[in-house]
Amino acid sequence: MSEAVATVDTPALRRPPRWVVPVAVGLVFVTGYLTLRGTASLPHDDAAAPFLAVNDARDWVDANRNDNPLFLYGVNYIRVYLGELYAAFEAVLFALGWPGLVGVLVGLGWLAGGWRIALLGVGGFTTLGVLGVWEASVRTLALVLTSVLVALAVGLPLGVWAGRSARLRRALTPVLDVMQIMPTFAYLTPMVLFFGIGPSSATVATLIYAMPVAIRITALAVQRVSPTAIEASSSLGATRWQTLRKVQLPMARETIALAINQAIMMALSMVVIAALISAPGLGSDIIRGLSRANVGFMLPAGIAIVIMAIVLDRVTMAAARRDRAAGSSPAWGRYVPAGAIAVAGLVAAGLLPAAFPEAWVLRIGRPVNEAVTWAKSSWYDVTTAIKDVTSTVLLNPLQEMLTSTPWWLVAAALLALAWWASGPRPALTALACLLALALLGLWEHSMATLTTVLVAVSVALVLGLLLGVTAARSRGFSAVQRPLLDAAQTMPSIVYLLPALALFGATRFTAIFASVIYAVPPVVRLVEDGIRGVSPTTVEAALSAGSTRWQLLWKVQLPMARGAILLAANQGIVMTLAMVVVGGMVGAGGLGYDVVTGFSQHSDFGMGFVAGVATVLLGIMLDRITQGADRRSSPQSKRMNTA
Amino acid sequence: MKIRLMAGVVALGLAVAGCGGGARVDTGATATAAAQPSGSGSAPAAGTVNIAINPWVGYEATAAVIAHLLTDKLGYTVQKKELKEEVAWAGFETGEVDVIVENWGHDDLKKKYIDEKKVALSAGSTGNKGVIGWYVPQWMADKYPDITDYKNLNKYADLFKTSESGDKGQLLDGDPSYVTNDEALVKNLKLDFKVVTGGSEAALLESAVQAQEQQKPLLFYFWTPHWLFDKVKLARVKLPPYTTGCDADPKKVACDYGELDLDKIVSKKFADTGGKAYELVKNFSWTNEDQNAVANDIQNNGMSAEEAAKKWVAANQAKWQAWLPK
Repeated sequence: MSEAVATVDTPALRRPPRWVVPVAVGLVFVTGYLTLRGTASLPHDDAAAPFLAVNDARDWVDANRNDNPLFLYGVNYIRVYLGELYAAFEAVLFALGWPGLVGVLVGLGWLAGGWRIALLGVGGFTTLGVLGVWEASVRTLALVLTSVLVALAVGLPLGVWAGRSARLRRALTPVLDVMQIMPTFAYLTPMVLFFGIGPSSATVATLIYAMPVAIRITALAVQRVSPTAIEASSSLGATRWQTLRKVQLPMARETIALAINQAIMMALSMVVIAALISAPGLGSDIIRGLSRANVGFMLPAGIAIVIMAIVLDRVTMAAARRDRAAGSSPAWGRYVPAGAIAVAGLVAAGLLPAAFPEAWVLRIGRPVNEAVTWAKSSWYDVTTAIKDVTSTVLLNPLQEMLTSTPWWLVAAALLALAWWASGPRPALTALACLLALALLGLWEHSMATLTTVLVAVSVALVLGLLLGVTAARSRGFSAVQRPLLDAAQTMPSIVYLLPALALFGATRFTAIFASVIYAVPPVVRLVEDGIRGVSPTTVEAALSAGSTRWQLLWKVQLPMARGAILLAANQGIVMTLAMVVVGGMVGAGGLGYDVVTGFSQHSDFGMGFVAGVATVLLGIMLDRITQGADRRSSPQSKRMNTA
Repeated sequence: MKIRLMAGVVALGLAVAGCGGGARVDTGATATAAAQPSGSGSAPAAGTVNIAINPWVGYEATAAVIAHLLTDKLGYTVQKKELKEEVAWAGFETGEVDVIVENWGHDDLKKKYIDEKKVALSAGSTGNKGVIGWYVPQWMADKYPDITDYKNLNKYADLFKTSESGDKGQLLDGDPSYVTNDEALVKNLKLDFKVVTGGSEAALLESAVQAQEQQKPLLFYFWTPHWLFDKVKLARVKLPPYTTGCDADPKKVACDYGELDLDKIVSKKFADTGGKAYELVKNFSWTNEDQNAVANDIQNNGMSAEEAAKKWVAANQAKWQAWLPK
């Protein structure tokens, strides 16, 4: 890269090479650590003032639940109605019986995407029954439908509004950030405090997580509708309302379908955690499997969640795409077979028993457990070696450095790095977040978590680059890899954490393992996309100039996909942070453990909640440091712009 | 636009206030519900008992047997709700939980919900004795016979070093919700160890199984009754003996854990109006062996909780007959 710069920018002495700043910061930091270690460090205190303040707030809610008007006329009603809404969904889905539900779903699949999707629907949902988790799946489906319905009822109008008003957009962005990065664990206990145990609070917890993405995508869709179309409409005398209804919404329709799709995916990923407050469905099987340390017990539920995610994803995406093609085929051609399938299912439901036939159920628990036991005993030496090397070479020194260096030196280094990477404004935001961590009394644990996140993101990036590049070069590899990535993203992490626990022990490494599995898929997708996006003419030009494939990758494709790769790093960080709390359950320590403790110990409620806030701050901080990197013009992009 | 919206909200609020007087959440003690969540606050009179299921198999075994008797012999409907301890206790107040069938101490929660809020009360012992302690795998006790005395632990601290404990030995703890004095014990007994918290029961179970199979050293926090003892041979490490009150100040504890009498906790409302169901819960009492038998069937013999409970009930008629209300 630097060679290329030197040949083009002749006045090379203008400014020092880009790597000078980070290296200098690194040197200062290490020197500071070696000389000042142990001074001005901020050790952890379980009874810091912010924690106690949150405890007091909790006690207030506890005492005023039935007197305060906010509860009497607000929260308590929401609780009642959400409960009823869930009950209604559950009742309808169960009333359909399994043949009816499969029939209706397949009819919808047909309507959305023809026989392929319909077939996927039959296969997928029958598999749920064969796995022996039919009833739990139906409950999960009811919970997902309830929360997505509410999320959309609130999210779509808000998104449309945000798409038309820049001011609302600016106001919403930080709120949505918090909703998405705040670990769910941290607000599960408050959920119970406000909405009680069971479906209502599970619905609220799920929709808090699912709504931001619906709002964001909708806003983006409305915003993107071409301004000329809007101008044309208003110059023809349309009111704002008419413009919205007749121009903006129809043109944004496909993207809004994507919003629905993403809301469903987010909701599905919450199913397991919501089970901790007695959300009905597949999640409870997984939690029970965890307490029994039994992979075979929870794997069917895990696979069921993956299948449900894939089927719902394909159906909603097909529906989005079909809208564009609508009108090309006569409506009856689609509605008649779809209706016929649904009716056939309903008739079958009347004839067959509603419960899934026991004889068709395949018990996979025992063989799975045997396989897991075999892996646990034969891979142990290798995995322990990997864990020990990573811990001694990377984790321990880094964590030791971050926790025992004076806090002001860490802050100064962060400010310098962020300024260099993203400019003054993001740097100041990042600094503010870091200082807030100290004020909240969670400096030491935040630094421990930062260590895990940094190592996990590095591993995920290396792995993601390798897989992404390979996939970009070979269609076959990409096709094989895609369903695996889907599974890695939707399979509840607790399922694969159990074997990981046996292989790596209750260590930070186990948490890193889980984070990497979760963060790699988006990194791979972004990298693959970025490299594919490099224009074929550029590639051809390089090849005809005599580049080898390796040179092509190194000198042309990777530099040109820089934006996508940096975005991948940014996404990797967000995904890793989402795993911090789950890591707390398997020995990661740090903030994740604080959050888990807050959920389980009455007196530590405040600490858990504040640790959740700290996770958000850490997320915003890392985002601000990395986000600037892809906006800031690199030498390459400058050159291309001027060319 | 804004004003219209506000007016709408106010009007709606007034209407709600006018017709309902607000939605009050049933607190068991002061139940004047205008609008109640369906299924919650379930009056036991209607024949539904809400049993919290805390996340360990022994608990599940006890709950399964009680649930089986309630439905099969007394005709009640049982709702099982999977919850952690802290959340389950909160459920007494909102009327969503009637019974916790196995409570391990939790003096802070007892103080809050039994003494202060008066929404719950103890329904007597389950007959199970809970003993918390420090354990090593049996092979270690065979190889180093004096390791089972805490005084010799420092001698072996090097064996227990892991990537998480640095230059000290590792003492592995479990779920953060557990009752533990381990930090204080390590400090007050001047042990060269670091408490590493696994974060879940699964972390303990997987570590213990591997410690036996791979012959890896492990010192960890564990408890009886537990089915793990049927699967992995463990030896308990002797700490300075427990005397009454030696654990009064959590920071100064330097003695072993006392034997806990595990008890059942029920909501005040269930105690008042639960009728036969409450009688059964109150009378219930069995031994650690009974619980382990059921738990082992669930854990290691691939039975569902219901099947395991049914099997035990079929084989132990005399025991459960004594619990049925006269």
